[in-house]
Amino acid sequence: MNARQALLIGALLLLGACDEAPQPPGGFAGLGADAAAFAQVERGRPLQFPADHGAHHGYRIEWWYVTANLSDEQGRDWGVQWTLFRSALRPGADEPGWNSPNLWMGHAALTGPYGHQSGETLARGGIGQAGVEAQPFRAWIDDWSLHSTAGEGLEHLQMQASGKDFRYLLQLDSDGPLVLHGAGGYSVKSGQGQASWYYSQPFYRVSGEIERAGQRYAVSGQAWLDREWSSQPLAADQHGWDWFSLHLDGGAKLMLFRVRQADGLHYRAGTWIAADGRAVALRGEQIQLDELAWTRQANGRKVPTRWRVRVADHGVDVQAESIQPRAWMGTSFPYWEGPIRLEGSPGGRGYLEMTGY
Amino acid sequence: MAMLRISLLALLSHWRRHPLQLFSILTGLWLATALWTGVQALNSQARADYARASALLAGPAQAQLVARRGERFEQAAYVQLRRSGWPVSPVLEGRLRFAGAEPLSVRLLGIEPLTLPPGTVVAGQPGGASDLRAFIGPPGQAWIAADTLQRLGLQPGERALTSDGQRLPPLQVHTQLAPGVIVVDIGHAQALLQAPGQLSRLLLPADFAVRPPDLPAALAELLQLQPSSAGDDLQRLTDSFHLNLSALGLLAFLVGLFIVHAAIGLALEQRRGLLRTLRACGVSLRGLIGALAVELGLLALLGGLAGVACGYLLASLLLDDVAASLRGLYGAEVAGQLSLSPQWWLSGIAMSLFGALLAGGNSLWRAAQLPLLALALPQAWRAAQSRWLRRQALLAGVLLLLAAGCWRFGDSLLAAFAMLAALLLAAALLLPALLDATLAVLARHSRGPLAEWFVADSRQQLPALALALMALLLALAASVGVGSMTEGFRQTFVGWLDQRLSADLYLTPRDTAQALEISAWLAGRPGVEAVLPNWRVDMRLQGWPVQLQGIVDHPSYRRHWPLLEQRADAWTQLAAGQGAMLSEQLARRLKLGLGDRLPLPGAEGEQHLSVVGLYADYGNPRGHLLVSADWLRRHWSEARLSNLSLRLQPAQVAALKEQLEQRYGLDATRLIEQATLKRWSTAVFERTFAATAALNSLTLLVAGVALFISLLTLGHSRLGQLAPLWALGVGRTRLAWLSLGQTLLLASLTVLLAMPLGVLLAWCLVAVVNVQAFGWRLPLHVFPGQLLQLALLGLLTSLLAAAGPLWQLARRQPADLLRQFADER
Repeated sequence: MNARQALLIGALLLLGACDEAPQPPGGFAGLGADAAAFAQVERGRPLQFPADHGAHHGYRIEWWYVTANLSDEQGRDWGVQWTLFRSALRPGADEPGWNSPNLWMGHAALTGPYGHQSGETLARGGIGQAGVEAQPFRAWIDDWSLHSTAGEGLEHLQMQASGKDFRYLLQLDSDGPLVLHGAGGYSVKSGQGQASWYYSQPFYRVSGEIERAGQRYAVSGQAWLDREWSSQPLAADQHGWDWFSLHLDGGAKLMLFRVRQADGLHYRAGTWIAADGRAVALRGEQIQLDELAWTRQANGRKVPTRWRVRVADHGVDVQAESIQPRAWMGTSFPYWEGPIRLEGSPGGRGYLEMTGY
Repeated sequence: MAMLRISLLALLSHWRRHPLQLFSILTGLWLATALWTGVQALNSQARADYARASALLAGPAQAQLVARRGERFEQAAYVQLRRSGWPVSPVLEGRLRFAGAEPLSVRLLGIEPLTLPPGTVVAGQPGGASDLRAFIGPPGQAWIAADTLQRLGLQPGERALTSDGQRLPPLQVHTQLAPGVIVVDIGHAQALLQAPGQLSRLLLPADFAVRPPDLPAALAELLQLQPSSAGDDLQRLTDSFHLNLSALGLLAFLVGLFIVHAAIGLALEQRRGLLRTLRACGVSLRGLIGALAVELGLLALLGGLAGVACGYLLASLLLDDVAASLRGLYGAEVAGQLSLSPQWWLSGIAMSLFGALLAGGNSLWRAAQLPLLALALPQAWRAAQSRWLRRQALLAGVLLLLAAGCWRFGDSLLAAFAMLAALLLAAALLLPALLDATLAVLARHSRGPLAEWFVADSRQQLPALALALMALLLALAASVGVGSMTEGFRQTFVGWLDQRLSADLYLTPRDTAQALEISAWLAGRPGVEAVLPNWRVDMRLQGWPVQLQGIVDHPSYRRHWPLLEQRADAWTQLAAGQGAMLSEQLARRLKLGLGDRLPLPGAEGEQHLSVVGLYADYGNPRGHLLVSADWLRRHWSEARLSNLSLRLQPAQVAALKEQLEQRYGLDATRLIEQATLKRWSTAVFERTFAATAALNSLTLLVAGVALFISLLTLGHSRLGQLAPLWALGVGRTRLAWLSLGQTLLLASLTVLLAMPLGVLLAWCLVAVVNVQAFGWRLPLHVFPGQLLQLALLGLLTSLLAAAGPLWQLARRQPADLLRQFADER
């Protein structure tokens, strides 16, 4: 998911450039030179909790990312997204006041039988409008928040956000362990060796209420939290990615991503997470992703909304179909993100994110 | 078509023989158009700049939250609102001072680009379109208009130094930015304005502001919702100024049209024969009128083009002065360079065409009425003279009633100008009747044939000269009125300034802490007679920006603060925290008088003070209020010590100034001597009226030209009247002298009438127009010297105007005079 960096850096530096095609981050002047001054992701540092739930100010880029697959009382599928991005304009520690190098960006979305709604909000660091505290855990931007209601870590969270014509208030509870991707959280991202710190909590049970166009629905389901931070942008020839987080029937979880490269040699990786939380990193050749059907989006571009996903080594061969094919995020930097349903063996549901289309 | 061409050529041939007439018409149109378009250019440039200023942060009808009290509030309120779901965006505004040959103050606008409401346009471009990282910095960017950059004498990319020693982010030119403004990120603004954690207002997206939720209880006392109106304020404040300019421009335009009217009338008179001949040769009436109309259009186009070009020139010459007055009077920033739209050029030409039609329409109509075979009537404008005079007098009466109505019931600047216009027009219409009556009285007392002829013939000339004399009357009266007003204002202003600026040194500290430190230090110095602190709070009363000044009880105020009206123990009540004094314009605005109670929004609810005094506060676009410093600080914790007035022993001034400069690092913009302050204020004043004075003298010049051309017109048609006298034995030179006497008689009567009219005009300006336009009423001053000077100027103008035609008359060949008898009459 290193690719999300491109989204974040791009979005924050090119605010308002909605109609322009996303530019490769390598194209931003000076960015490559600055990168060296930021803290680097280096193998061998053990992650420490709860401290690592908080912000890592030496790093350029970081996010707190929750996606939830929900069902209402009529059994209909809904999806909810809550995201907080942090991006540092320059290296160095956080400073109070407007001098803070941090920019914050929140994205929220509600997808369901009636369509897809999304919201976006932006904030400067240093003044208290947005931020993250590790203990007790609290992440917020404006009136959106993701915060711990009990315990020391991320076991029990309340999550809320709102946008035009939608809002949600959900309780997330988990007794499963945190999952560290790659080697103890050190997650390699590309053939050139770029890496990030990356861990997840994919075992949340969710209950709560969503509201759409004045109508309220009681919902319950599953959620997945991603935490990732790094300092390196995408390689210049990488222009988008496809990312899956899947809750499989039987309790196993699966994370897969593919970074699309100009040369057609897309970089793939993933993590197989057994029902008891044991994680196995997947190599590129173990993963097969094929687009089956495309849907034209609000920006006029076609995006694959039905996929065949295969991880033969773990007996996965499913068709992933989006619940709402037009789950387009019309944010400063637009992308597609929405819930999917899995048909095949095993069944299940999950979330799909696609950028660069 | 060929017929039209031939008739046109025949008509145009007239001008070849009478180049002076051609010159007059073109001059009239040229002057009228030039003055009018020049004024319009000034106005439209200024308005375009206001629009740019208000478009600085333009969005679809934005609303904003402002502090209930004071000008700024804590940033925590912003964060609290955001965290309650209000999509607000913070703004901090203030002024930056720059030292230099002429100290300069520039408006600083700090914005937060991430949260700007969607659709917000910053400096003419969408809020998000810029490079965010470069804007925020470090080092960030300071956006500035090219004009302002030039005034600061800096180059793009430079980091300007304020007089407080603060360094701006590198300057970057933005063409769409209003003049006199610098836009930076809010973080830089807080540092530059030394207002850490402070905000001026919060912007709200329009759709949210339509039905906003209730403010959180803790903030409802701090903030209030207000429709955005900063630009409108400027527009409203300066409207009066522009209306003044427009009125002068219109007057000049009308006076210019008098010239055109006279010249075209003359040309028609002389071409009657030609018109008849053309008609007799078979040119249809329609064709003839068409040809005349085309001719008029061509003249208008020529004059209009020249006029618009000169209008541009005039405007660019006056723009600096106008910009300086707008800055001095209203704090409005206008660029020093003209950039005019094509509409302006077109409307200038259109105005010239319209003027030509207005001035020449009468002639066209008369040409259309011309009987085909009838002989020319000898006296063109003579028919039904007395009925004409009566009708004019009647119209004048109606206009006078209208003026009286406007004065009695009007309550706006427009009504004030309507009154002025009605008065002037009535006076102009009455002029022929008054002159006629005066001549009638003279006629009764004239003895001897030549004297009786002199008066009777003057009466006969009257209708032909009436328009030119009216022009002279209007121009002179306007000169007297505006001159008295300006000179009266100058004296009042200088006297007021002398009294008001009574301290020896004025000190503007960086902040309250420094002010207190300096006061403490000064208290023990030898040579310091008094240190008078001025505490200050800015607020809005009924939507009008108002400055509260808190002063200590000191005898120098009783001695040096001139009051227009006061209660018996005004200063005592003020010192006791029971009374407030208001500036004249604020009192008018709030409709308050002595003894009324004035509610002020304080921290613990409304505070009430009784109005105990009113004072003049010339040149201040804001309202001003004087209260006791103790009282102010008790109720407004945010009151700051904005400046210190130091009364010193004269011998110590220089030494103390130097010590203060060194000890506290105060530069020339923060430590000002009385004389310097007076010089600045007077300079602003002078520039304010420079444009007015220039336009005014141009108008008088135009009136002179109008009179000259009218007399020229008359000179040609008067041979018929003069020839019999010559035949009776009056010599040509004597005839010329007699004619000169006649002209001077009429002109002096007009000049004589213009004087009281001018004084009346001056009264209207100081007592009605100024009150409506600026909020202050000035005492009426009449300056006999000035009147005499203008009267002589008027007579000189008439003399010069008469000289040319008379010189021609005196040199007329006897054969010319004889021919008068040989012709049909």
